[in-house]
Amino acid sequence: MSGTTYGWLVLAFPLAGSITIGLTFKLVSARTAGWIGVGSIALAFLAAIGALVELLSLPAEERELTSVLYDYGGAAGIPFDLGILVDPLSVYMALVVSGVSMMIHVYSVGYMGGDRGYHRFFAYLNFFVFSMLLLVLAGNFVLLIVGWAFVGYASYALVSFWYRRETATKAGMKAFVINVIGDIGLVFAAILLIKELGATEYLAVFERAPETFTTNEWTIVAICLLLLVGAFAKSAQIPLHTWLPDAMEGPTPVSALIHAATMVTAGVYLIARAHPLFGLAPTAADISAFVGLVTLFLAATVAMVVTDLKRIIAYSTMSQVGYMVVGVSIGAFTGGLFHLMTHAFFKALLFMGAGSVIAAMANNQNIDDMGGFRKSMPFTFVLMTIGALALAGFTGTAGFFSKDEILAYAADRGGIYWSFAIGGYIAAFFTAFYAFRIIFRVFYGEKCEEARELEGGELAHGEPVNPQDGEAEDYDVGFPGEEHHIAERSWPMRAGMAVLGIGALFAGYIQVPGVDAVLEHFFEPVFESSPLFEIVPSTLDSWIGLAVGSVVSITGIALAYYLYIVAPGATARILERFRGLHRMLFNKYWFDELQNALVYRPVIALGRFANNVVERYLVQGIVVVARGTATGLGDIVKAAQSGFIRSYAMFVLAGVVGLALYFLIAAS
Amino acid sequence: MDVSWYLVLSALLFSVGAFGVLVRRSPLVILLCLELMLNSANLAFLAFARSLGDQDGQIMAMMVMVVAACEVVVGLGLIVAMYRRRLPLDVDEARELHG
Repeated sequence: MSGTTYGWLVLAFPLAGSITIGLTFKLVSARTAGWIGVGSIALAFLAAIGALVELLSLPAEERELTSVLYDYGGAAGIPFDLGILVDPLSVYMALVVSGVSMMIHVYSVGYMGGDRGYHRFFAYLNFFVFSMLLLVLAGNFVLLIVGWAFVGYASYALVSFWYRRETATKAGMKAFVINVIGDIGLVFAAILLIKELGATEYLAVFERAPETFTTNEWTIVAICLLLLVGAFAKSAQIPLHTWLPDAMEGPTPVSALIHAATMVTAGVYLIARAHPLFGLAPTAADISAFVGLVTLFLAATVAMVVTDLKRIIAYSTMSQVGYMVVGVSIGAFTGGLFHLMTHAFFKALLFMGAGSVIAAMANNQNIDDMGGFRKSMPFTFVLMTIGALALAGFTGTAGFFSKDEILAYAADRGGIYWSFAIGGYIAAFFTAFYAFRIIFRVFYGEKCEEARELEGGELAHGEPVNPQDGEAEDYDVGFPGEEHHIAERSWPMRAGMAVLGIGALFAGYIQVPGVDAVLEHFFEPVFESSPLFEIVPSTLDSWIGLAVGSVVSITGIALAYYLYIVAPGATARILERFRGLHRMLFNKYWFDELQNALVYRPVIALGRFANNVVERYLVQGIVVVARGTATGLGDIVKAAQSGFIRSYAMFVLAGVVGLALYFLIAAS
Repeated sequence: MDVSWYLVLSALLFSVGAFGVLVRRSPLVILLCLELMLNSANLAFLAFARSLGDQDGQIMAMMVMVVAACEVVVGLGLIVAMYRRRLPLDVDEARELHG
């Protein structure tokens, strides 16, 4: 089979899985539905491997396969078709997406076991994977937007999965609305591209762009900025990031899959995919890198103080995606995409561990209430520590190599790009600190009640309440199920976590400076046209970067160890000292309030004005006048319609006599 | 004989008919008066036809008679229907369709 056939199969399996699960929910048991979901993703993963093998069997310069399944019909010479592009970048993304999704599906089979909406969950989840694969395999901007909107919908459906929870449905709406802002940016970018270049296929666009645009011409800068609006909304970069922490209302596997490993990296993929355009608009690329830097820094600081376990990891995700955005924007394409993969492993792993802990806490997510789970949850403890080590960039783990690949590139490019390296290392210090803040506060310290009970073999089983607002719930469909599942007691959960744990530990070794450069060679056909791709930090510089990274991460871990283990009261004193700073961080820099004040309230005020003034006086006024005129005229005519036949006859006769008189007078 | 005598008679008959339509309330009498008006017109047609010596007016009179016959059929049918439903045979009472 050719590479593109495998590409179509990658798309077909998850779609078929989603439809099958959705249609047979009355026929098959919950577990079966879960395994159908796992199977379809596994087949997609195998097909992606098939595409990879096919691609590698071709000479490097021919690794760009396109295939059109169906032609929607062109207009004005611009083709619109259902076409895919199979090249190293899209195959790499398809492998990461389907591979990580497969493990998260396996995990979900165990984790969602007690939920009444089990079939629906897997149907949505498979649909999401299909949409995401469509996004990465799309061969033109139109199909990209289709996939882009599909993942937005899947994210909405899964954030609001517990649809009887008001907080969850509101979070879903927020995620959807902000993502639609991004979609609009993307649509406008596509319209401008069609107008200027007359093409939608990637290859045609990238071929014609250098002939049409001069560097930094305003049109291409505008196109790139519009693409960035889409990328930032999807990838939760400031200022369009506020939906991501709220999206943690969804079930934990959803957070792991959509809001950590795959969908939020779509923006990174888009920037990497459109690198020839950004190459023509260095200003837009610099803006993008700067936004990434601000995001990675601010999100890392917020992650140090929030107390909701999943929100800590969500802010961490924003921060890590910020690294990737910086990477692909400044030209470290390999580094950014490498970090995308390793991050998918360790962040999904952290979320899975968090899900296990939250289940042990009977859905309580506040780390202030947790502590001492080390003995009672040994498996979760070990795997989450692996994830935290990789997140912190501890020497030898996956995050260690990928993060430093970006930062070493930034330092090597020099000039203003040094600031990205410095900011990145400072944020890496914060990252190490908050990663181990999670570990030390959840697994060490004084044992909480749930941990003690669990050591006695008793899994906590609280009353069903919404952890956000404490509202009472039940166990029926639309709310979380009655049973909780922890990794220690569920082998599918352990299987999913173990595989990702191995990835988080060892995935870094495919791209070690001076030793091997698997990814760099693999991506060469895609990025070789970019002059930035030729900047490769020397082995010595890279290893200096890695050394700095090690020191930074160990210092951060040590600080967390000191503050939470050696001197447990120290954090309270620091909090007392920097109360204002803490409040600013704890309130997430008031971004939500800022959006409320700048967008939400003015729009609501405008609506109220329209209702109270425009509607009441202008619109209704016109209606009243029109109606009055019509009835007034009608009353006059009505009087003639008396119903007396004889008066009608009188009118007729009078009319005839009148006419006769008129003609007589006129004739004489 | 001069045609004007016939015309005077015709005008008189027409006025009597019109007066009857306007003042009487019984539908039957109103129908009779309408016939009177039609036939006064017929008389004028025939008088002119004779005086001018051609057949146009006579054909016209025949057509008026046909129309009059149809009108009487409809009118009497209505009156019979009203009678059967025990509605008052008074045109001033039948004014449900006023505006």
